[in-house]
Amino acid sequence: MDLKRTALYSLHQQLGAKIVPFAGYEMPLRYTSDVEEHNVVRQGVGVFDVSHMGEFRVSGSQALALLQRVTSNDVAKLIDGKVQYSCLPNAQGGIVDDLLVYRLAEDEYYVVVNASNIDKDWNWISQHNSMGATLRNESDQTSLFAVQGPQALPTLQKLTDLPLADMEYYSFKIGQLAGVEQIIVSATGYTGAGGFEVYVPNQHAETVWKAIFAAGAAFGIKPVGLAARDTLRMEMGYCLYGNDIDDTTSPLEAGLGWITKFSKDFINAEGLKKQKEAGLNRALVGFLMVERGIPRSHYEIWDANQQVVGHVTSGTQSPTLGQGIGLGYVPTALAKPGTELFINIRQKPIKAQVVKLPFVKK
Amino acid sequence: MWLLLPGFYLENLTQSIQMSIPTELKYTKDHEWMKMEGEVAVVGITDFAQGELGDIVYIEVNTVGETVKAGEVFGTVEAVKTTSDLFMPVDGEVLEFNRDLDKHPDWVNSEPYGKGWIVKVRVASGQADLLSSAEYGALIGK
Repeated sequence: MDLKRTALYSLHQQLGAKIVPFAGYEMPLRYTSDVEEHNVVRQGVGVFDVSHMGEFRVSGSQALALLQRVTSNDVAKLIDGKVQYSCLPNAQGGIVDDLLVYRLAEDEYYVVVNASNIDKDWNWISQHNSMGATLRNESDQTSLFAVQGPQALPTLQKLTDLPLADMEYYSFKIGQLAGVEQIIVSATGYTGAGGFEVYVPNQHAETVWKAIFAAGAAFGIKPVGLAARDTLRMEMGYCLYGNDIDDTTSPLEAGLGWITKFSKDFINAEGLKKQKEAGLNRALVGFLMVERGIPRSHYEIWDANQQVVGHVTSGTQSPTLGQGIGLGYVPTALAKPGTELFINIRQKPIKAQVVKLPFVKK
Repeated sequence: MWLLLPGFYLENLTQSIQMSIPTELKYTKDHEWMKMEGEVAVVGITDFAQGELGDIVYIEVNTVGETVKAGEVFGTVEAVKTTSDLFMPVDGEVLEFNRDLDKHPDWVNSEPYGKGWIVKVRVASGQADLLSSAEYGALIGK
């Protein structure tokens, strides 16, 4: 399959990025050092080009009805200018994708999905659109920059009159930024470091990117690759689709009960409700390595008797903690914080402990 | 060294990044380098390898005092985002692990051919099948 490129591919090359295939795109993995880029976001401001993400516009009088049917969270609770984290449950108890839902107007929503799932999600949502909402896939025309870190606010505020300091987490505004009209500035992110995500039409991508870097120069702004994006989200315990959640994992077992609202009807609501009532067999937990070792995806999780009780779904060294951290599914009896687990690292049991998420406090 | 990379990590080896391949060293196709100092070989990983791995967190070598055959694993490198085994360039006894790396694993990133050396090996007799710097450069597409 041919790999796609974001609008700023050649700019990333000029910046010396190491480019890797990810979710069908050639994406910057790192520019200099994973740890340096991670720390820039925790302490200052960093910018990710995450234009590979997918954007669908759902509009018309049936937009709400369609989104209520396909997503697990209650879209009726959204008001204009608010964003909601949600997922698309499948009919078999798993998850088609996780996503963000923006309410632009009563009859117009913006849905942001994972790059690897754009086609799957489009087909899934279209297939359930018996009510006749209008759907438009804007993924190939839209760039997305995540401007993250404590200095993201003063950086972006230099470029817009929108009152960014007043914005609550998971809200957005639309207006002029860097001289470009109709930019969505969203107080969201995947890092726990605060900041914004900025949706830009591709033809203005380079203008906006360069303006952000000029505005952030005084704060030591740096481009940040996917490697640091992963370590940052791991420290927050955020799920990554394809690792921690997928077509076979239950949103309830994944700890996404808070976005699964049985007060409304949606695909497989009955099945998930039954699962909730019957009690969960396993749960996604975060664990911190007590002994030296770095958990990696697919490593075995052992109990104290060296019996396999689960597998690591995501793992890394935490640059902030200087310790290995991981996520994985374990039987609910072993899911309580403080529980001792062992990770099979090269056939040796390395001690870990279940901890409450996030690993790093915001 | 064999780069064990998870799915999202599939590496693109066609990058044009500045890197060094000293001509006085010998190389393995697994990205180790070796330098003879009398009967003792100093072994580390190449600049290319450290660049592929990213920030190194620690090096584990549990084979000091053991005789290890060429091509067998003598240790492991753990980087923030990935892990990789270390392979012996020659048959020999692992004499010493660079304990400075316990405190300064980043030396493997910053000075892979200098302070970032990993083990010293007493080389057993016999032929070693190693690459010249030109051959190694060709292997990694430089």
